[in-house]
Formats: sequence, C-alpha cells, structure tokens
Amino acid sequence: MKFDKEYFNIGRLDLLSYQDTPVHRLDPRAKVITTLIFILAVVSFPKYEIAALIPFFLFPVLLISFGDLPVGFLIKKILIVSPFAVLTGMFNPLFDENSISFFTLTFSAGWISFASILLKYTLTISAALVLIATTSFPGMCHALRKLGLPSLFVSQLLFLYRYLFVLMEETMKIVRAHDMRSFGKQRMQSHTAARIIGSLFLRTVERAERIYSAMLSRGFQGDVLSLRQERIHSTDILFAISTIIVIGLFRWHSLPVMLGTLIQGAML
Amino acid sequence: MHMADALLSPAVGATFAAGSLAAIAYASKKLKSTIDDKTIPLMGVLGAFIFAAQMINFTIPGTGSSGHLGGGMILAILLGPYAGFLVLASVLTVQAFFFADGGLLALGCNIWNLGVYPCFLAFPLLYKPLLGNSTSHKKILIASLISAIVGLQLGAFSVVLQTLLSGRTDLPFNTFLMLMQPIHLVIGIVEGFITAGVISYVRNVRPELLEQVMQTRPLDAKISIKKILIAFFVLSLVTGGALSWFASTHPDGLEWSLAKVTGKEELSGQHGEISGGLKKIQDTSALFPDYTFKSNSETKESGDASWPGIEPGTSVAGIIGALLVLGFVFLAGISIKAIRKKQSQS
Repeated sequence: MKFDKEYFNIGRLDLLSYQDTPVHRLDPRAKVITTLIFILAVVSFPKYEIAALIPFFLFPVLLISFGDLPVGFLIKKILIVSPFAVLTGMFNPLFDENSISFFTLTFSAGWISFASILLKYTLTISAALVLIATTSFPGMCHALRKLGLPSLFVSQLLFLYRYLFVLMEETMKIVRAHDMRSFGKQRMQSHTAARIIGSLFLRTVERAERIYSAMLSRGFQGDVLSLRQERIHSTDILFAISTIIVIGLFRWHSLPVMLGTLIQGAML
Repeated sequence: MHMADALLSPAVGATFAAGSLAAIAYASKKLKSTIDDKTIPLMGVLGAFIFAAQMINFTIPGTGSSGHLGGGMILAILLGPYAGFLVLASVLTVQAFFFADGGLLALGCNIWNLGVYPCFLAFPLLYKPLLGNSTSHKKILIASLISAIVGLQLGAFSVVLQTLLSGRTDLPFNTFLMLMQPIHLVIGIVEGFITAGVISYVRNVRPELLEQVMQTRPLDAKISIKKILIAFFVLSLVTGGALSWFASTHPDGLEWSLAKVTGKEELSGQHGEISGGLKKIQDTSALFPDYTFKSNSETKESGDASWPGIEPGTSVAGIIGALLVLGFVFLAGISIKAIRKKQSQS
C-alpha cells in the first residue's frame, strides 16, 4: 500500500539524520547555507549548459560517501519525486526551433536543454535530500531561526514534525480499518474520505487540547525553547568557505571543457 | 502542481522566495498580536493532520483516477487566513525537505502558488462573502467549490508565469496554459468537493469549532458579494484580453519579453547581440581559449544552425571532459565509501 511506503520513507530519512559521521556533525547553519548556494549556482547556468554542470556532482557524492548514506535509497527517491520538471522539459525537443549539427548528426537543440533540465533536477533534488538525511529536522529548525526565520513559524515547523509520525500512525490505523470493512475494494469513495478526514480533524483538535494542557503544566509560555547550545566551530566555517570557493570555481570555469581541450591539445 | 528547482532561474526563484518569506513574516506578526497560546499547538498538530490527510487517496467520481486533499482552502476555513497560511507553508516546507517535492529554491514559488492565493485571496474575497452567515450544506459546497477552483487556477497560472519567466523551457505560452489550467480545473473541483465534505461534517459534529474562526474575524458587512464577483469578472476579462493580445502579436512570449529586457528587436538571429555577448563571456572565462577550434567555430557561426557559445570544438572537448569528471567524481565517492567501511570494521 502506498500509505505505508510513504510513511516508512519519511521515517527512514529521519533515522538517517541521527547518524554520527563527519557530515552529520557539521553545524546545520553551515549545511543549510552551502546547500542553498549550491542550488543557486546550479540553477543559474544558462539553458543549454551541460558539461559545466557535471563537476557539481562532486558535492552530493562527497556528502553521501562521508555521511554514510545509502545510495540506492536516495536514487530511488530522486527517481520517484514529482515529475513536473521532467514532464515540462520533455516538450523542449518538440518546440525548440534551433537545431544543432554535431559532425554528421543533426538534432533539435531542445534535446540539449532537456538534458540540462534533467541534470539540474538531479543535482538540486539530491542536494535537498542529502541535507535532510544528514541534518536532524529540529537542528535545522533551530538553524533557520538563528538565520532569521520568525520564531512562530519555527515553532510551527517543530510542532508539525513532532506530531507528524503520531498522526500518520493514527491515519494508518483508520485507513486499515476502512480497508478491512470494504471487502477488498481498493480505493475509498470520496464521501467516505471526507468523513474520515473530518473525524481525523476532530480527533486532532482534541489531541491538541490535551497537548496544550500538558504543555501548560510544564511551563509553556508561547515559545518552543531548546537547551542545546549551537556553537559554530572552525571546521564548520572551513567547510562552508571551502565549499563555496569550489562552487564558485565550478560556476565560472567549465572544468570538463578545460580538461577536454587539454587532452585534445595533447593528442593533436 | 509543485514547481521545481530545475525549471527556475535564480532571479525568479529568489523573487518568489522573498515574497513568500515576507508573507510568512507578515502572517507571523499579525498572529502574534491576536492569538492565545492555545492556538500554537493546535496549528502545529493541524499541520501534521494535513500531511496525514493528504495520504488518504480516494476515487474521483466519474473518472478512474484517484485524488487527495491539497489543504490550502480547508486550512484557511478552519483557522482563518493568517494561521492557515502559516500551517500550509510549514506543510510545504516539510514536503520540500522529506519528499524533495520540487526542491528548496522552488519552495518560495510553491508557498506563493499554493498558499497565498487560497488563504489571502480566495478565502477572504470569495469564501466568506459567498457563505455569509449561512450554515447550509449547499452554500458551503458552492463557496468551497468556487474558492478552491479560483485559488488553484491562480496558482496554476502563476506556475506557468514562473516557468516562462525563467526561460528554461521552450513550451509556448498558449500551449503551456492549455495544459495547466484544465488539469487544475479538475483538481480544483475535487478539492472543492472534499473541502466542503469535511467542513460540513465538522459543522454537524462540532459547530462551535468553525464559529470561532468566523467570529474572530467578522465579515466586513460593507463589502457586497456582487461587487466582488463583478471585480473578479472584470479582472479576468482584462487579463484574459491582454494575454490573448500578447499571445497573438508575440507568438513567442518569452522571446518578446527577453527582447524587451535587452532592448533588442531581434533575438533569435544567429548573429544576435546576446549570443555574441555570451560567446565573449565564454571566451574570456575559459582558461585555455587557444585550444578551442577557432577556425571551426567561425565557419560554424556563419552557418544557419547555431546558438550561443556552442561549436563542435568545444562540444567535443566538453563531452570528453564531462565523462572524465563524472568518472572521477563517482570513483572518489566509491573509494571513500570503501575506506570508511574498512575503518568501521577494524
């Protein structure tokens, strides 16, 4: 069933983020900032760029190998993620009126831009997945608050995350109960779904009331606090600066073209 | 439909990220002064609720396909626009991280497309005036349907605009619009029905929960429904008219806007200023410009099929180099993994 699968997928990413590796030990702020700069750099390449994008694979590959992340699982996640970019890019070969000739072959330039979209898609999605797989979500939320996100929104994210698994388990129970009473019918009717969601909502509200009383009795005053001290270490700064320098280098100099021309020059 | 990083240009992505951040800051500030502590856990748990509810798949009557709840409208109705928007933004953020739905840069666009329109436009301007003080199931259904459809149509239109402004695809404006809007009409109808179903159920079982929201932000009696509907109608006529003019006089909207930006009439020509400029940048940024096949590139440029900065010389070099770099990167990854495995075993 789809529901269980998605649930375990989230759970697996969450578990991965609590490993103890050099990448996991880096400060969340350093990782968030470098990931964002990485994505901006990848996205800033013009429509027809392919070769210069390749060196950027170094970033996720290094983080995956130093962070002990399961490669197969991540690749599967990248493949099943929302198909919007792929579907939209697919039209490029049809609509691009430019064509290129490569020695004897002539084809639509849209194939190049489609390939470029696919590369950018793989790079940006894997960067996002690596970030969450190496950073605990609460750690990331505190980093985002330090970086200036409104504290109310950060509390919202923390609460959502805290109760995500609780509510998903509850929903799974309800869906299972429905399935058992529907004699093998695969899908739910929409009016049944509306009622199930409605009763889930009521249960959720009642739960929130209980949570609120429990929090009040523990001294809640409107803000979610953390005792953990987040200090930036020299390794974090070193990681961030060196990564940004390398990203900049890759952005402004096409390493593959340089390497290729060198080899061609040597062979001629 | 979730916008994706790969289709965005940095300028468009950053603009909408800034817009969404501003909306989050605004909503947080508005809420801070009005809510009591009790709402904070409620909002958080409701975020998790939307997440769980989105996973309940159901059959769409009359079709073979299945759908699920989006959540923008229902959150605005249950919590009011500000809290509803914050909850939806948090749901989208968690989705962007855990499902990598779209990506991190596109998160700004997604919060804008799926959050701002239903919470700040459709709810206050359509749902509330349409429903008024009525509690009938029929009225809830009509109000939810119209506001969900309008919210999603605006969102879909904004996805089209963001994609075309970014200039990573060649889809013509009209084609893209014809693909996106009808799909989202269907999604909007489903969303409206399921929203109405849930709201009616909640109203039957615990009516006081809904009255809180409607009472804390009372309906502005001075605004009449007629005026708003007329305003929407005029707005859609104007935009529709302007857009069809735009589409007919400038078959390629993107090129037209690009030309507008750069101040050049012709862009697609092989000797266009932009391609020359890009070529120059490429030449100056390459460390070994002597190695590229200059003579080759010049004959290529006079040919009819070429585009900025690509000629056989560099593309062969690019392919060789790219394969080498790719091989190197994955070799590095595999060897690091192997070494780390050995270390952990010993």
